[in-house]
Amino acid sequence: MNEALKMELGRRYRFSASHRLHSSKLSEEENRRVYGKCNNPHGHGHNYVVEVSVSGTVDPAMGMIANLADLDAFVEREVIEPFDHKSLNEDVAAFRENVPTTENVCKEIYQRLKHFPKAKLERVRVEETGNNTFEYAGEKL
Amino acid sequence: MVYLTRKLEFSASHLYHNPALSAEENKRIFGKCNNPHGHGHNYTLEVTVAGEPDPVTGMVLDLKELKEILEREITQRMDHRFLNYEVAELKGQIPTCENIARVIWNLLEPKISKGRLHKVRLYETPDLYADCYRNGAHGT
Repeated sequence: MNEALKMELGRRYRFSASHRLHSSKLSEEENRRVYGKCNNPHGHGHNYVVEVSVSGTVDPAMGMIANLADLDAFVEREVIEPFDHKSLNEDVAAFRENVPTTENVCKEIYQRLKHFPKAKLERVRVEETGNNTFEYAGEKL
Repeated sequence: MVYLTRKLEFSASHLYHNPALSAEENKRIFGKCNNPHGHGHNYTLEVTVAGEPDPVTGMVLDLKELKEILEREITQRMDHRFLNYEVAELKGQIPTCENIARVIWNLLEPKISKGRLHKVRLYETPDLYADCYRNGAHGT
């Protein structure tokens, strides 16, 4: 095995959810000014794409960094099931106080996935739309 | 430093099976990828070369040359092949995305005459890929 090489595995997942950008630390007027239409009172939704990268050694018996079935089940349990077809503001405890911008969504997903037991989480990329992408790799970025 | 990336597609079949494991364990670990007659994918390969543009040609590496290397080393070897049986470099390995990416790295690295191979990214499907790069190099 070539130890000078680093291997990563990347996998894309999807969920659809609604959110409203509104900070309790700002006035109504400031919220409208800062967040524009994302501050509309009843929220709106996106089809999010989550790209998860993990690294590790390739097990010679399996040829894999991590069994995809294990990664899929973990991401499904930690992120997809609690986020998909939900209101991020109302249904995800982390966003009761924190504004569910995609920056914060990205960090929350990282926190949820960093304990994946079978490989090291390298980074999380979240696409809010095809044109907006956010990436978080812990505090090393 | 400038990073140059070239993309290439190839289609191939494979199956996951470790002869050291029982039929039952193979089924449990590899699931439908263990189906005995194999199955196929359209792979997309992205090869990134890092270097300084040559002051005369303005190129890190002549794209034409990179295209020829990829055609000779990858397309001719893997396109429309059954990876388990027809690619010697994969003999004795499970042809997972990780292992194919590493084989591709080892095939290409000595052939890159200008700049240096920075990253190999191999997509098995649009939602699954493996990255291979030198330890310590940044992953972008």
